[in-house]
Amino acid sequence: MRKLALSDEILLSVDKPARYIGGEINMAVKNPEDVDIRFCMCFPDVYEIGMSHLGIQIIYDMLNLRDDIYCERVYSPWTDLDKILRREGIPLFALESQQPVKDFDFLGITLQYEMCYTNILQILDLSGITFNAADRTEDEPFVIGGGPCSYNPEPVADFFDMFYIGEGETVYYELMDKYKEWKKSGQDRTAFLKTAAGLPGIYVPQFYKPLYNEDGTLAEFKPLVPEAPSTVVKQVETDMSETYYPRKPLVPYIKVTQDRVVLEIQRGCIRGCRFCQAGMLYRPIRPRSLSFLKECAKEMIESTGHEEITLSSLSSSDYKELPELVYWLIDEFKEEGINISLPSLRIDTFALDVMSKVQDIRKSSLTFAPEAGTQRLRDVINKGLSEEDILNGAMEAFRGGWNRVKLYFMLGLPGETYNDIEGIAILSDKIARKYYTIPKENRNGKVNIVTSTSIFVPKPFTPFQWAPMDTMEQAREKRDFLLSRIREQLNAKSIKYNCHDADVSSLEGVFARGDRRLCNVIKQAYESGCMYDAWSEYFHYDKWKKAFEDNNLDMEFYIRRERAEDELFPWDFIDIGVTKEFMLKEYHNSKAEVVTPNCRNRCSGCGAMKFQCGVCTEGVEK
Amino acid sequence: MKARIKFSKTGSMRFIGHLDVMRYFQKAMRRAGIKVSYSQGFSPHQLMSFTSPLGIGLSSDAEYLDIVLEEADMPQVMADRINAVMNDEIKARAFTFINDNAKPSMASLAACDYLIAIKPGKDNKLSCTEFTHKQLEGFLNQDKIEVLKKTKKSEQVIDIKEHIYYMSDNAEDFGNSKGTSPCITEGCLPVLYCRLASGSVINIKPGLVLETFCKYAGIEYNEYDYQVHRLEMYAKEEDRLIPMSEYNAIDRKDPAFIYKEEGGCPDV
Repeated sequence: MRKLALSDEILLSVDKPARYIGGEINMAVKNPEDVDIRFCMCFPDVYEIGMSHLGIQIIYDMLNLRDDIYCERVYSPWTDLDKILRREGIPLFALESQQPVKDFDFLGITLQYEMCYTNILQILDLSGITFNAADRTEDEPFVIGGGPCSYNPEPVADFFDMFYIGEGETVYYELMDKYKEWKKSGQDRTAFLKTAAGLPGIYVPQFYKPLYNEDGTLAEFKPLVPEAPSTVVKQVETDMSETYYPRKPLVPYIKVTQDRVVLEIQRGCIRGCRFCQAGMLYRPIRPRSLSFLKECAKEMIESTGHEEITLSSLSSSDYKELPELVYWLIDEFKEEGINISLPSLRIDTFALDVMSKVQDIRKSSLTFAPEAGTQRLRDVINKGLSEEDILNGAMEAFRGGWNRVKLYFMLGLPGETYNDIEGIAILSDKIARKYYTIPKENRNGKVNIVTSTSIFVPKPFTPFQWAPMDTMEQAREKRDFLLSRIREQLNAKSIKYNCHDADVSSLEGVFARGDRRLCNVIKQAYESGCMYDAWSEYFHYDKWKKAFEDNNLDMEFYIRRERAEDELFPWDFIDIGVTKEFMLKEYHNSKAEVVTPNCRNRCSGCGAMKFQCGVCTEGVEK
Repeated sequence: MKARIKFSKTGSMRFIGHLDVMRYFQKAMRRAGIKVSYSQGFSPHQLMSFTSPLGIGLSSDAEYLDIVLEEADMPQVMADRINAVMNDEIKARAFTFINDNAKPSMASLAACDYLIAIKPGKDNKLSCTEFTHKQLEGFLNQDKIEVLKKTKKSEQVIDIKEHIYYMSDNAEDFGNSKGTSPCITEGCLPVLYCRLASGSVINIKPGLVLETFCKYAGIEYNEYDYQVHRLEMYAKEEDRLIPMSEYNAIDRKDPAFIYKEEGGCPDV
C-alpha cells in the first residue's frame, strides 16, 4: 500500500484530496533509493491547472526514461492545505514518493505566467528551501526555472539557482550527467553552478550583476565569473519528429483543465503578430511529421483511455497536412466515441466541414481572434485576419447552422485610437447583421455574440517591447467607452461583452519587462500574504502597492515609458535567435502601419535561420 | 449484453469521489479495449451505472457497476483484462453476465455489510473486546434505537433498530463475509461488523450507527478515528439476501457467466 504524506484527517478535511495523493495512471514508479538523481518538477499553481500542462509531461517522461533519474511532481497546495501544512509544520512533498521536496537534488519550476511568481515562494517556503539561491546550503536542492517567463527571468532571478533557456528536450540530459559527476567529486555548490553556467542555454543569475543608470534603466549586465557567458543562447529542438513525446501521459483521477490527449502538431508560428511573445520565442515553426503524430495519437489514446484528443499549436491552420491528419483522426477514433477538438483554427470551408463532423453545431461556437477592431490597427499589430475573412467565415458558418460566435480583442494596443475601439463594437454588430441576412426559416434561433477584451501587455522579445502600456484608468475608460458603443449597436441585445481586470494586467506588465530589483517586491508581497495572484479572489492589489512603495520602486517606470531604442533591457543577454534589430524594424513597421508577410510567404530575416531547422530550411513557397 | 463488475476500493483510492471513480472506469474500459455500448446522440457516453456511491474516506471490498457491452469473453478473462490496466487500489473482484432485463442494481439494493475498524494510534475503549461485546449486547437490546437524522431541510428523530439487520463484534459469526480478509487500511483494528438496510428508500449509513453506538457506550465519537469498510452489497430475492455479484446472474455457478475471486482482496 502506498504511504501518503498526509493523514486521513487532513485529506478528509481539504477540498479535492486527490490533488495530493499521486498514484495516477501512468505515474512513474521507482525506488528513490535506486536512482542517482531525484528531480521534482513543479507547476506553481493548483493541481488541475498544472496537470494540464504539456511541457511538464514531456520532461517528466523524458527524465523518467533514464534509470538513474526519478522525476516526480509537485503543485501548489490549495489555500486550505497551505494553512494546514504551515500550522502542522508538514514539509511540502512530491506526489510520487510522497517524500519532502527538500530532499531532492533538483526542483524544476515552470514559469508559464507572471502572476504565479508569489506561488514560487509558496513552494520554496513550504518545502523549507531558502528563498535566495545565493544563500542556499549544500543540502538544499538546486532550483531551476524554465518556460516562457524565463525569457525574462530577472524579476525572480534571486530565487533560482539557474534557468534553462530553451526547449526541455535538448540540454537536460547533459545537465544531469554533469550533476552526477559533480556529486561524485564532492565539490561545493558553486562548483556545480559554474559547470552548469558553461552549458548551452543555462543561465545562473548569481554570476551576473546588473548595474543601473540614475534614471533606473539598466546600464550594464556584468558576468562575474569566467564560466558565465555574456549571452545565453536559447536551445531549440531541431527535429520535432525524432524526439521525446509522452506516449503514456499521466491520467489524473479528478477532472483537470486539459482532461484529454494533447497532440502538439508543431511548435512555433509563421504569422509574426507583433504583440505575440510565443510567436517570436518559438521561431522557427517546426511541424511534426504526419506519421509521428498518427503513431503518438494512437498510443496515447490506448494508454490513457481518454475520450478526447486535442491538437495543440499556435495556429493549427498553418500545419500543411492538417486536413489529412484531421480526417485520419475522425476515421480512426470517431467510431470509438472519441471527441476531436480543434482549437486555433482559421474558420474556412475545411474547418466548418470538420467542425460539423466532430461537434454538435447547436452547442459549439465559432471563435475569431481579430485582436483589433479596425483593419488599420490589425495592420499595426500584423494580424493577418481581415474583416472579409471574418464575415465570410461567419456567414458560411451561419448557413451551416451555427449561431454562436466568440470574438477576442485587445484594448490598449500601441497606436490604438477610440476609432479602433469603436470598431470592435461595429465589427461585432456587422457579424450579427450578417446572421439576419439569412431568411428567418433557415436560421437557428437568435444569434449570440460574445465579445471579449483583454488588456494588452507588452512582452519582452516582441516588437512591442519598447511600447508603453495603458494605465488602469485608461484601460477602464476604454472599456466603458466600448461598452457604451456596443450598447448603441443595432444588435446590442445579441452582443455580450466580457472584459479583463485592469489591476492584474498592470502587475503582469511590470513583471513581464521588469528587472532584478523586483525580487524584493515579490518577496515582500508574498510575506504580506499574496499568493495565487492569478485567482481574482486572492488578488490583493493594495498589498502589492505597498510592496512597491516600501522598496522605492514605481510601477509606472516599468509600464508607462516608451523605452528608448538604444535602451539595454534586462533580458537582452538572452539570444532567442530573433534579433533585437528585427524587432525594432518591426516596431517601426507597426508605426508605419506596414504589414510583414508570414514566414512561408517570404523570409523577413528575423534571425531564427541560425537554428537551421523548420520553416527556415523548408525553402520558400510561392 | 449486460455485465456487473464487483471491485474493491482501498488505500489512497478512498479519497477519490464517486464521479471520479466513474470517469476512472470509463477510461479503464477504453485502456482495456473493452467495447462498451454508448448512448446515442452527439455527446455519447458509456452505458454504465453504479450501485451505491461510497462516501469519501471509506474503503470497500464490494463496489458494483453495471455496464452494457458489445463483446463478451469468459468472465475471468474480462476481469483480468480490466485489472491489467487498473491500479492496485481499485481492482475488479468479480465479473458477472446478468440478464438483459435486470433492473439497475441501485434499484435492487437492499442491504450492505460493513466492517468498522479503529485506525492505528486511535485506540479507545472499543479496542477492548470485552467492553465492546457487553456494550453491543445492551445497545441491541434497547426497545428503540433513536437517531436524529438531518437532511438539508429538516431534522427528524427516527428509530433505526429494524434497519440494523445484524450487528456483531465477532468476524466468525458474521454470515456471508466469514473467512474473508478484508483489505482495510494497514494496521486498523476491526471492532464491529454490521448489516444495514440500504437502497433508495431507506439507507442507513454506518457512520450514523457507529456514532449512535458510541453515544450509548459513553465514548466520545470522532469520525476520523475509524475506518469504515464495505464488505458486501445485497439484493433481496424472496426473503433471502443475495450478494449483488450473483443477483440477476444468467447463471450463478457456470464460469461462462460468472467469475468470483476467491477469498479477500489481494495484498496491496
